[in-house]
Amino acid sequence: MNARAVFTQLAYPVAGLALIVGLWALACRLGNLPTVVLPSPDKVFYAFIDKLPLLLVEGWVTLKETLYGFLLALALGLPMAVAVANSRTLNLMFYPLLVALQSVPKVALAPIVLVWLGTGLESKLAIAWLVAFFPIIVDTAAGLRATPKELVELARSLNASRTQVLIKVQLPAALPFVITGAKVAMTLAVIGAVIGEFMGSSEGLGFLLLTATSQLDTPLAFAALLALSLLGLAVYLLVEGVERLMAPLLPPSAERH
Amino acid sequence: MAFGTISNVRKVFPVAELGLRAKEPVVALDDASFIFERGELVALLGPSGCGKTTLLRIVAGLLSKTSGSVRIDGREVDGPMGDYGFVFQSPSLMPWRSVIDNVLFPMEILKRNDKAARARAVELLELVGLSGFHKARPHQLSGGMQQRVALCRALIHKPNLLLMDEPFGALDELTRMEMNDLLLRIRKETGASVLFVTHSIGEAVYLADKVIVFSRRPARVSKEIAVALPYPRSQTTRFTPAFMAAERAASEALGIVPHAEAAAS
Repeated sequence: MNARAVFTQLAYPVAGLALIVGLWALACRLGNLPTVVLPSPDKVFYAFIDKLPLLLVEGWVTLKETLYGFLLALALGLPMAVAVANSRTLNLMFYPLLVALQSVPKVALAPIVLVWLGTGLESKLAIAWLVAFFPIIVDTAAGLRATPKELVELARSLNASRTQVLIKVQLPAALPFVITGAKVAMTLAVIGAVIGEFMGSSEGLGFLLLTATSQLDTPLAFAALLALSLLGLAVYLLVEGVERLMAPLLPPSAERH
Repeated sequence: MAFGTISNVRKVFPVAELGLRAKEPVVALDDASFIFERGELVALLGPSGCGKTTLLRIVAGLLSKTSGSVRIDGREVDGPMGDYGFVFQSPSLMPWRSVIDNVLFPMEILKRNDKAARARAVELLELVGLSGFHKARPHQLSGGMQQRVALCRALIHKPNLLLMDEPFGALDELTRMEMNDLLLRIRKETGASVLFVTHSIGEAVYLADKVIVFSRRPARVSKEIAVALPYPRSQTTRFTPAFMAAERAASEALGIVPHAEAAAS
């Protein structure tokens, strides 16, 4: 990408953001809204700077819950997807269930998870895992099944072992699907962690958001929201960074799913 | 003894393997028998869906047969042997690998991916006219070039039998003719035996020592035509009386034109 293209790619979103923030500031001034209802952008900004140490401490907690949940989803989802995609019996037994469960609102399980695991890190991690797990297993299984039949036959005609077929053919073929699943999973993991914090917690950005609103400290609540958005963006970019590292193993983006 | 002996091969797909809507088993291949010698190029010609691909997959050991016997080089085939080359209708390259790594894929599976293999891959790519494309990715190549890579991949482990399933069926006419000539050249240089599935009469006659004509499903071998044309053949060969006679014989066997004697009377 040349400098001009980078400029265009950055300039337009920044202009869009400036427009929204400007309208927000204008609405606060003209509407004469009290700060407790809608703080003006500058108040949110000052709260963000002022409480930065606090936001970093709480953000770190939420980040850990998110990443642990995501990694656990990856660690369990990939082998289970391999099992489901390669065994006819397991596939018939569990694949329809997995697809059906994907549409169940997993956050509704949060109160129960809290009863089981308490209000510490474990319950947040578990909820983040729960929401991140399904896109990873379903997308990976779909990718494994979408492996071109000819490639599997080619390997088989050479007397390849099942492990060879899996490692040399199926997993590389499924990689674009895994990354798509991971992107969705990572975004969901943030939501899972925050939901967990809402339900019962003594730390994290979700907890901070909740206490700030209950104390009518709306600027701080907005600052926490901003921090949460930045966190979500950061973890998403993390997955994208991994995708970029793996680019030599991926088909060109035009052929991507 | 012949290099390859296909005798009375029959394949019936039972209802259970055909999905929920199937009511009765499908006889894909009723009775196929023919033999071929080492180094012979045999075309399997027939209408689409006549079971010639099924036969090819049985010979490759990818599919079990219901009855009959397939012997290649003195061994009864009852599973993948690991020493055949297979070319599909679509190039079926791995988009995540470079051209040369695609060619070397069989050597990785066979755990023989050494320096000699790499040298052979380079040689093969040169033979098919893709010297400058070792590091290219499949999507950067045209369909014909991709199929050349697939051909190299099928030859890398020096198979004594090359199985080709309508390999040039998806290419345009001109590219197909080029590929036909390329295949004849490769066959001459490697000495491999070839079973070549096609539904093009012209292609079958142009390439083969022998054309095996299949009838509609359930497929049986309806005729064996020895093509009395010397190699090397070139595109001019297509306009010789012997070529046209062989094409006519194949067309008659397929039931497209009436038999010469019947038409005369």
